[in-house]
Amino acid sequence: MAQHTTDVAVIGTGPGGYVCAIRCAQLGLSVTVVEDDRPGGVCLNWGCIPTKALLRNAEIVHLFERASEFGITVPSFQADYAEAVKRSRRVADRMAKGVEFLFRKNKITLLAGRGKLERPGLVTVAGGGGGTETIEARAVVIATGAQPKSLPGIEIDERLVISSNGAVRQEWRPKSLIVIGAGAVGVEFADVYAAYGTAVTVLEALPRIVPIEDEEVSAQLARLFARRSITVRTSVKVTSVKPGGAGVIVETEGERLEAEQVLMAVGRGARLDGVDAKALGVTIERGFVKASPRMETSVRGIYAIGDVAGPPLLAHKAMAEGVVAAEAIAGRDPRPVDYANVPSCTYCRPQVASIGLTEAKAREGGREITVGKFPFTASGKAVALGDTDGFVKVVADKKTGEILGVHILGPEATEIIHEFAVGRTLEATLEEIIHTIHAHPTLSEASLEATLGALGQAIHL
Amino acid sequence: MAVTKVVMPKLSEAMESGKIIKWLKKEGDRVAGGDILAEVETDKADVEMEAFGAGVLRKILVPAGSQAPVGALIAVIAETDEDIASVVASAPPPTAPAQAQPPAPKPAAMTSDRPAVPPQPRSEDFTTREKSPAAPGAAGRSDAPDAPRTAVAPGPARTSAPPAGAAAPAGGATSAAAATPAGARAAAGAPTAGPESSAARGPAAAGPTGRVKASPLAKKVAAQSGVDLHVVHGSGPGGRIVRRDVEAAVTTAAAAPAPAVSGAEYEDRPLTPMRAAIAKRMPLAKAPVPHFYLTTEIAMDRAWELREELNALEGQPKISVTDMLVRACAMTLLQHPGVNASFQGDSIRVYHRAHIGLAVALDDGLITPVLRDAQDKSLARIATEGRDLVERARARKLRANELSGATFSISNLGMFDVAEFSAIINPPEGAIIAVGAVRRVPVVDDQGLGVGRRMSMTLSCDHRVMDGAMGARFLQDLKRLLEAPLRLLL
Repeated sequence: MAQHTTDVAVIGTGPGGYVCAIRCAQLGLSVTVVEDDRPGGVCLNWGCIPTKALLRNAEIVHLFERASEFGITVPSFQADYAEAVKRSRRVADRMAKGVEFLFRKNKITLLAGRGKLERPGLVTVAGGGGGTETIEARAVVIATGAQPKSLPGIEIDERLVISSNGAVRQEWRPKSLIVIGAGAVGVEFADVYAAYGTAVTVLEALPRIVPIEDEEVSAQLARLFARRSITVRTSVKVTSVKPGGAGVIVETEGERLEAEQVLMAVGRGARLDGVDAKALGVTIERGFVKASPRMETSVRGIYAIGDVAGPPLLAHKAMAEGVVAAEAIAGRDPRPVDYANVPSCTYCRPQVASIGLTEAKAREGGREITVGKFPFTASGKAVALGDTDGFVKVVADKKTGEILGVHILGPEATEIIHEFAVGRTLEATLEEIIHTIHAHPTLSEASLEATLGALGQAIHL
Repeated sequence: MAVTKVVMPKLSEAMESGKIIKWLKKEGDRVAGGDILAEVETDKADVEMEAFGAGVLRKILVPAGSQAPVGALIAVIAETDEDIASVVASAPPPTAPAQAQPPAPKPAAMTSDRPAVPPQPRSEDFTTREKSPAAPGAAGRSDAPDAPRTAVAPGPARTSAPPAGAAAPAGGATSAAAATPAGARAAAGAPTAGPESSAARGPAAAGPTGRVKASPLAKKVAAQSGVDLHVVHGSGPGGRIVRRDVEAAVTTAAAAPAPAVSGAEYEDRPLTPMRAAIAKRMPLAKAPVPHFYLTTEIAMDRAWELREELNALEGQPKISVTDMLVRACAMTLLQHPGVNASFQGDSIRVYHRAHIGLAVALDDGLITPVLRDAQDKSLARIATEGRDLVERARARKLRANELSGATFSISNLGMFDVAEFSAIINPPEGAIIAVGAVRRVPVVDDQGLGVGRRMSMTLSCDHRVMDGAMGARFLQDLKRLLEAPLRLLL
């Protein structure tokens, strides 16, 4: 039984874990990481990265279909879904290898196997070969991530009822698909499958799709999905999912739907196998490990970061937490993660990106707000690209000009949003944005115009 | 036409350096005497700096945002054909904006350890907007280079102090902090190396007159909630003040006396420039000046009635008790010049004019604008000018000459329902009067027991200038005047 002694043991090498490990190493700590799958976690292997590869394929298919608009004649083209998945796997493999490289570069020990946190300072690793290794560490970081949840009584068999984990590996696509859950994962897969010709129905229990986003974003995205023949049903409660018909029969309150497969995208829950929170005395709150602003759990020397530490379940939030945990372990005084300033990005077409409060939430505070909105139809760059769906919406405090929230639906929304992320970090107000010259022609000009709009000064509208 | 050197004016007694907020003229502009050249920031006020020489503003040596010591060459006015190279070459480099001036002795008569250094415009080429106190006649926008010097009526040489009235009585500091607190935080942050480097990366709120490092949002919230960013501790990167810091400051202020920081027993708040000035000036005002105090009670019934009658008149400014006091003190001071006097070491300077300093409370300190030549002004005019001074004092918009030159001061805490108190003399003045509230009290007179309006006044006197009886006689006449107030209208 091999024994390792290290400063820091990190269980899980997703974006939280690997970033934490690297930052620890940078700060001069010895680090051992444990991974039971492939380095990079869900993000690199089964989530963010491979789905972005698939979405890129979907976009290219879409462009081919639109080629005549640009005067390009494509007599016929074949979009092989299996090839899209294979490409996606290559992309994921490459990124995962990148993580392994970074581990080597930073002299981080990677142990393959399932880590178990026995007690503070002691992690055992059950390796694939049956052996067990132990890690003694000054600090242990739980970065075990999350796994897809299902609805009560419905089993994800990855055959008829698949999760994103299954969908991203599956090299064939169903002729029809019911997506349960219209959050980021649901609408992204709906986008991919629909682009390849699958008849997609999206069911959402809440009254609107992408329900955490601004209402106007949800409404317009729903219209755009409808235009693409994606069926969207909101305020729908699924009562049962059973095999039958074309594959699966989904019953809702008052309706019976049929499809070849069901994609369960109702959210993700903390993955806590290997961490007996109760025995360790680690506090769990709403199903997630509770961590302090320094990312330490209720037990000294045990840290938790990323999805396992609670929402938002986003890779970039996990990375930020990983850095905080590393610096806390190294005795630094890290700046805590600003959870009010985490961008939210969905990569469907058109993309959705947001930061801060929705208009409705901003109004809930009772303060006077001002809203500026600029449609991409009025953006020269968007018209030139031929991507004019969507808008930039800026919600600000009327008195101070504080940027309370920004909501973008449109081309490259996920890239445009960062202007406002930086602005909010620096506590810029509307005025600082409007006094910043935005290059022309760019999609970001829409941000400027929406900001001007919030001050009643929009030029191009 | 000679070359005119524009130097950093000494705008208040304790001022050792000033910051150019902005230049209102640019190089190449033609300026006439009296044109406003620039706005200068001192720790108590933003002041307009006037050109004294005429010609072309040939060279600006201290850019906006930079600091320069008093007396330093900051610009040159000359005709276009004049050679100014040698003048410009003699100028020292300006100090970086955020730089707090060290409390080092300054050249010439500007030492700060003398409490009563004249605030008089020192240079030949600059004067403040209005002229020196005692010489309204010289107030013309003369191009004559030495007008200001002749303008100071009682003719104080630079070594002997003329009236300096900016000091606040009742614990008043003068208009400037000689030893600016170098940014309490700046000291905590990077007490490194030479002045240049510390200026360059002085953390947080920088020097007291320097740039405050704060986010745009923090600045707006501070402006809206009336928080002085100089006193806010910055928790952002490098000590930058962010919104939550300002909000915490607001909460702290609102939640007092409950300590805002949970668990903390105390907090150390950095001195504001004004507080630092007060802290520095007060011992100099109190310790070397042997104070004695005379208290009397005034029957304010008639003055009160008169005031109500006056205030019932249409189209007249509202008269306050303080306005009546200013008028009464000015009139009485002319009769008792020994009280309107200043100790000069080997002589006593007796003033023939009454420049009355009015202590004005600010949120974080106090300031004493000067109402000049009160002896020549009607109640209505005193009311109008007084209100203007007080409002601008609160807005920190006083001009330099309004901050200095008082011969006597009044501190009225009646509005806080203070019955009576004693004030600290503001050197070089010889006396200050501290006024309590006008209260309705039972009084006994020939008709028996009645209700009357009474007001306590305490005169603080410099024993080096006067003795008890002299002060008492002044007080007695002041009391008579207020009790038979019709003469205030004459």
